[in-house]
Amino acid sequence: MSDKQGSVLGVSGNMVTVRFTGHVRMNEVAFIELGGDEGARLKAEVIRIRGDECDMQVFEDTRGIRIGTHVAFTGELLAIELGPGLLSTTYDGLGNPLDALANQCGFFLQRGVYLPTLDRSTKWAWTPVARVGQRLTAGDALGTVPEAMYKHRIMVPFGIVGAVEVIDLAPPGDLTVADTVATVKLLDTGEVRELNMVMPWPVKRPIQAYAERLLPDRPLTTRIRIVDAFFPVAEGGTACVPGPFGSGKTVFQQGVSKYAEADVVIVAACGERAGEVVETLREFPELIDPRTGRSLIERTIIICNTSSMPVAAREASVYTAVTLAEYYRQMGLRALLLADSTSRWAQALREMSGRLEEIPGEEAFPAYLGSLIAAFYERAGLVRVEDPNLGTSEGSVTTIGTVSPAGGNFEEPVTQSTLAVVGCFLGLTYARSYAKRFPAISPIDSWSKYIDRMKPSLEATYFEGWVDTVKRLATYYVAGQRVGDQMKVVGEEDLGLDDFVHFLGAEFIDAVFLQQNAFDPVDASPSADRTALALQLTARLVDHDWGFTSKDQARDTFTDLTATFRDWNITAPDAPEYQQLLDRIEARLSGSVATAA
Amino acid sequence: MRKVYTKIDQIVGPVVTLRAKDIAYGEIARIRLQDGNQTYAQVIKLRQDEVTLQVFAGSKGISTGDEVEFLGRQVQLRFSPENLLGRTFNGVGEPIDGRPALQQTIDIDIGGPSFNPARRIIPSQPIQTGIPMIDMFNTLVKSQKLPIFSVAGEPYNELLARIALQAEADVIVLGGMGLKYDDYLFFKSQLVPSKERTILFVHTAADPVVECMMVPDMALAAAEQYATDGKDVLVLLTDMTAYADAMKEVAVAMEQIPANRGYPGDLYSQLAARYEKAVDIEGSGSITLLAVTTMPGDDVTHPVPDNTGYITEGQFYLKGGVIDPFGSLSRLKQLVNKDTRKDHAPLMNAMIRLYDASRKVRQQQSMGFAISTFDQAVLAFGEEFEARMMDLKVNLSLPEQLDLGWEILANHFTPAQTTLPSKLTEVYWPKDVN
Repeated sequence: MSDKQGSVLGVSGNMVTVRFTGHVRMNEVAFIELGGDEGARLKAEVIRIRGDECDMQVFEDTRGIRIGTHVAFTGELLAIELGPGLLSTTYDGLGNPLDALANQCGFFLQRGVYLPTLDRSTKWAWTPVARVGQRLTAGDALGTVPEAMYKHRIMVPFGIVGAVEVIDLAPPGDLTVADTVATVKLLDTGEVRELNMVMPWPVKRPIQAYAERLLPDRPLTTRIRIVDAFFPVAEGGTACVPGPFGSGKTVFQQGVSKYAEADVVIVAACGERAGEVVETLREFPELIDPRTGRSLIERTIIICNTSSMPVAAREASVYTAVTLAEYYRQMGLRALLLADSTSRWAQALREMSGRLEEIPGEEAFPAYLGSLIAAFYERAGLVRVEDPNLGTSEGSVTTIGTVSPAGGNFEEPVTQSTLAVVGCFLGLTYARSYAKRFPAISPIDSWSKYIDRMKPSLEATYFEGWVDTVKRLATYYVAGQRVGDQMKVVGEEDLGLDDFVHFLGAEFIDAVFLQQNAFDPVDASPSADRTALALQLTARLVDHDWGFTSKDQARDTFTDLTATFRDWNITAPDAPEYQQLLDRIEARLSGSVATAA
Repeated sequence: MRKVYTKIDQIVGPVVTLRAKDIAYGEIARIRLQDGNQTYAQVIKLRQDEVTLQVFAGSKGISTGDEVEFLGRQVQLRFSPENLLGRTFNGVGEPIDGRPALQQTIDIDIGGPSFNPARRIIPSQPIQTGIPMIDMFNTLVKSQKLPIFSVAGEPYNELLARIALQAEADVIVLGGMGLKYDDYLFFKSQLVPSKERTILFVHTAADPVVECMMVPDMALAAAEQYATDGKDVLVLLTDMTAYADAMKEVAVAMEQIPANRGYPGDLYSQLAARYEKAVDIEGSGSITLLAVTTMPGDDVTHPVPDNTGYITEGQFYLKGGVIDPFGSLSRLKQLVNKDTRKDHAPLMNAMIRLYDASRKVRQQQSMGFAISTFDQAVLAFGEEFEARMMDLKVNLSLPEQLDLGWEILANHFTPAQTTLPSKLTEVYWPKDVN
């Protein structure tokens, strides 16, 4: 225990002011020790220090705290335990396993109950990879244990400065996370340290134990067509998904968490409905990931700090989530972080800022909102990891954050601060969701900065000329929508045949490619090959010189094509209709049917 | 030890400040006024020996010399499973129905901890209300939280009363916030038939604003007690905008920095903390929540309906005296309406599509366009649909609602015109009509 002591001087909502003796650290964790029958110790974090007083945000309900209540400082920053056993578990924003909490406390969350993030009884099959006498640095693997389908690296703690020499290594065997796996000597100080599989890491500090950061140059396939083709997200990149309520954010987010081609998916349910997490919790164990043949939950970690849980822990939850993503990135894995919703995180910041009586910025958000959002998204990235025994590997953190703009207005501070720092903007709109055009991502307002940079890898994934085809279709679509707007004013009669066909073509692209049925087992997750074929076919149909002589003929042709194409979209490749439907479309192209129509 | 103080330093709005020692955050105090009345207050801020209290009955008439006694406990609900039913309380949990105080009660802290998300289950059971626009078109699901978006002048309280009378639930808890006294009397008289399963917590517009803020917590604390005891509880709240306005009033009195349109920055968290009490407890009871939210200026982007929309699982729009089938949405309905009757979902979709068509035809007609025979049928269908299904007074079981749906279709269309699958029309199309 440290020599510093504190006592409560003031309470306002979830903020407590504490007078202390000795020295405290910014973001240090302390426990507020309630007396009485409950005897709870409430976790809190230092967020401002002035003279011998510090302000702390309390991660729990503050009722019952008194002036003079004793505060015990820990000297440690707010940290989470890293190690094997994280996958397929659900945690609150501070890393407490929710299942274990329920086993201990029942249906309701009890304040002041904290459980270790990593289960202490599970045995892991340890295999050393380093050698005794070897010199290692932070992040180098000492050994591995199998976790789900991955080799989980047990690494030299990221916080160690300088080189260490391995003095002793546990032989292969079944060990718990608390068992010593290695003894190392810190060469800078001569200190000898015993290491186990538990590595605590302060969540607000990025993990940087990698050789270099690389420019994200390849896509992270989400299997959502409009995203993968028109607004691709880079592996190690960032994307922001703002949308008003009812625009399909949740369905989009759940689709990505199911089908995205990542190794580890971290779902941060930050201040959102508990009901949405429940679907993930109950469904994922049943769903099989076709790429690994194992259940989806095995690659998933859920950080669940839903809207009714303490707001300060909500603030911590996004950092907890990104720390977990960075940890798995260090093992050369592709981690995907889905933060839903960053607006709720920003609101937690606003509440705290208000309690601190800071000078407010726009809409009372703190003035530093922008820099915090930027720092959070900057923790995404593609990195090269060099390990002396395991060789070179590349790992990544891709961050997709949803934003819930007040009133659906994208001009508000959270959306604007986020757009300034992300590489991809997927704007969900009411107009599209009202028209039942899902996913309701606006094909006109959205953008991706990655598409040109990723051209070589995109074309290797799909086909030669992919990027040009996408861009051509995008331009065609936007122009076609403009014709549609014009038509609303002048009426269909006064529109020229060519313009009308252009409009139909744009609507066709929308109906068969941009829209996707998230609830259809086939259409929900097309493979890259299938998306490539779909785009090629769409382009050929739109480019085709149909030689229409009347609007009715054009409309009938496109109506029929749309129906056939949409049927094909929901047909599995091994079904007999798959080829028949393609043949029907080809027959149209070869002209035999078009002239008959 | 009694902690009594007799010097109040500051009185601003419903908030008073005094100096006191060893007071717990959230603790309640009793203030004895010089005129012999007394009121309660809750600690909302501590700073050294300076204690800030929000006074439930408001600060009117409080003297700087009034006696403040700290009671050493949090705000509690006096609960008694049998004796609460049929009673009416104010926002502080005191009976206001003229009947004696409750006996054999246990004290429950209000605003208790949240339900562990890992123990939640996927909702799976509908709650029938007898109202076709709910049961058939936007089914209410056990443990769902839904607002009723409406505007002043709409019959939202009549709708709530109807639901309270007709809904399948073991216990109905009705929380009124900022109610007009007339509305309070209306609820009192309307709910007599289901009195033995109903509890009222009422704050009227003339009552102190702080009591308004307590109503949802009192109602939900009571609901939680019944739900953990295996009862299916339906909580009806009206009006959440009055509740949010009460929060705004107190936040301003405390000189908090406002976020949007004067509302405090934690509006979302405060609303969510209440709505998230809706839950289906595995192996026990449930809480389902319907809350009227009036939209100032019919503006859904106003902070209260906007934040609510992000929290709840859909919404009912009460407009023009009916539940609008287009704006309304129960996000959970597909979890239950696949297991009711196999014609439920397709029939619902066909009727909505045709009703949408009838609105468009009505528009065309009013613009002077010629109307085809089929359009005339569509128009007549729309009128019958409004009269026989959308009217809030209709009270039918779900099978009756579905049968009525087929009957109305058959009055105007041939089976093929509805584009419903023939395997359904063969079974359900009424036999005695053409």
